[in-house]
Amino acid sequence: MSHLLALLFAPGFFQSEEVMNALLLGGVVAAISGVIGVFVVIRGQAFAGHAMGDFGGAGAAGAFLAGINTLWGFLAFGVLAAIGVEFLGNRARERDLATGIILAVALGVEALFLYFDTHFTGKVGAPMLILFGSIFVVAPSTVSIVTGLTIASAVTICLIYRPLLLSSIDPELARARGVPVRVISLAFIILLAVVVEEGSLIIGALLSTALLIGPAAAALRLTHKMGWAVLWSVVLGIMAMWIGIVLAYDSFQWPPGGHGWPVSFFVSVLILLFYFLVRLRGKLPKLGITMSRRAMQDA
Amino acid sequence: MLNSGLFTETFMVHAWISGTMVAILSAFVGFFVVIRGSAFVAHALPKAGFAGAAGAVLLGVNPLYGLSLFAVGGALLIGWIGKRERNDVITALTLVAALGTGALFLALTNGYASGAYALLFGQIVGVSAPQVADTAVLGFVCLLGIAFLYRPLLLASISQEIAQSRGVPVRLVEMAFLVVVGLAAAITVPVVGALLCFSLLIGPTAASSYLTCHPGKALVLALLFSLVTVWTSLVLAFFSGWPIGFFVSIIVGLLYICSRAVGFRYSGGNRLVRHREPAGAVR
Repeated sequence: MSHLLALLFAPGFFQSEEVMNALLLGGVVAAISGVIGVFVVIRGQAFAGHAMGDFGGAGAAGAFLAGINTLWGFLAFGVLAAIGVEFLGNRARERDLATGIILAVALGVEALFLYFDTHFTGKVGAPMLILFGSIFVVAPSTVSIVTGLTIASAVTICLIYRPLLLSSIDPELARARGVPVRVISLAFIILLAVVVEEGSLIIGALLSTALLIGPAAAALRLTHKMGWAVLWSVVLGIMAMWIGIVLAYDSFQWPPGGHGWPVSFFVSVLILLFYFLVRLRGKLPKLGITMSRRAMQDA
Repeated sequence: MLNSGLFTETFMVHAWISGTMVAILSAFVGFFVVIRGSAFVAHALPKAGFAGAAGAVLLGVNPLYGLSLFAVGGALLIGWIGKRERNDVITALTLVAALGTGALFLALTNGYASGAYALLFGQIVGVSAPQVADTAVLGFVCLLGIAFLYRPLLLASISQEIAQSRGVPVRLVEMAFLVVVGLAAAITVPVVGALLCFSLLIGPTAASSYLTCHPGKALVLALLFSLVTVWTSLVLAFFSGWPIGFFVSIIVGLLYICSRAVGFRYSGGNRLVRHREPAGAVR
């Protein structure tokens, strides 16, 4: 038994404080991403969800340059850009375009800051850190900030759960029943920004999408019920995250040697694996239609 | 200004030629990207291409091969799986697959993968003579593809039902278009960088779509905007030494804000795409 454990977990795994921090942080962030992700998939906002990572990346690159905690850079730019997207793209059709333009500008700023980071601070690892995450080097103080933010996000989700669900599935019906759809939509996109930025901090601005969309897309193929979908999404997300951390830790002993394989790689591969396993089950639920019917029955 | 080598340095000559070709190509491809509402795909394919380029750097082969392989492969994957369900989820997952492997390639590359990062931000000094030739050949293929697809694609973009009833093979046309976007991304990335290739694809047309409702005029306007953007960026990047992608995206953003302000005074909204259904709607 202990041999098996030693085979699975490289020596020092449970003693390392960084690893424990990473497990906590990864679990917390994967869970909240899983919850938000289900709404993102239902609302068809995968693009906005992905763009948030890049918005935040620009801020993080700036924060890195200024020498402050990159989390604040991620959050500041992410939330600002989220509000911008919501106000510029007020018609559904224009939303993609507005997201795209803000994304274009944010990417430009990101490119400039990252260029400065590598040229002026002499830290050539900056792009790698921001674009592909830094789960093992997160400061313990940041862990508590992220945990606090996550709890706040979870409480907000609970508070707006019903109106959010209704306006995600059928905005017209929600409006008719007196739900303030615009306000809910603004609240949701700010929430989305906060959650994605947390994900960006740990597995990178480019790959926070993996945690956000992957588990949720798989979960929505497993079940039609919203509550179960959220639960599945959280479980799949946490599983991918934790297995990813274990493998990344072990990989320091793998070829070609010298450097570990990135956590982001394992997490995204595992999430894709889950998604395709779920797909292979062969069930193709017409989710949007079933969900809206259910909502009408509930109403 | 003229004596500074802006037009005489070899690398600048390469940059002017390839930049102009990229500008023309992105205007044509971007036009369809915008009217079809496939901004996410246009964003995902260059990034997927970047992951491929990182792999090519790791293996020590020409990055263009990696770029084309991943960008076109991603396009095929999105087109193949994407139709049966919501496109944006599949696009996101394809992107995750590409970038996840890209992260691995970058981590395994020994030392600082400067070649790969140049592809992320764009480096005008980095365009070599063989690359100019590659750009010309692939760009020409893309333009041919767009010319060939123009009418059926325009019809399929505006109304799928009408296109279908007229016997246009919509699926095939859309797949072919995705492949063209992938190829265009592969060509554009070495010049303006993977992060910013997207700005050039979407920005000029987005700006022009607020000024006219006629597809032809919008295309010409987008072409104009695109060329102005690339040329101005080349000059600014040459004198400042900053990444060209930064200038591209700022200029594109300004153009968009200006034309949206101008367009709003006359018509109050986007004129080219406002009558279409929202993207990502469940079919």
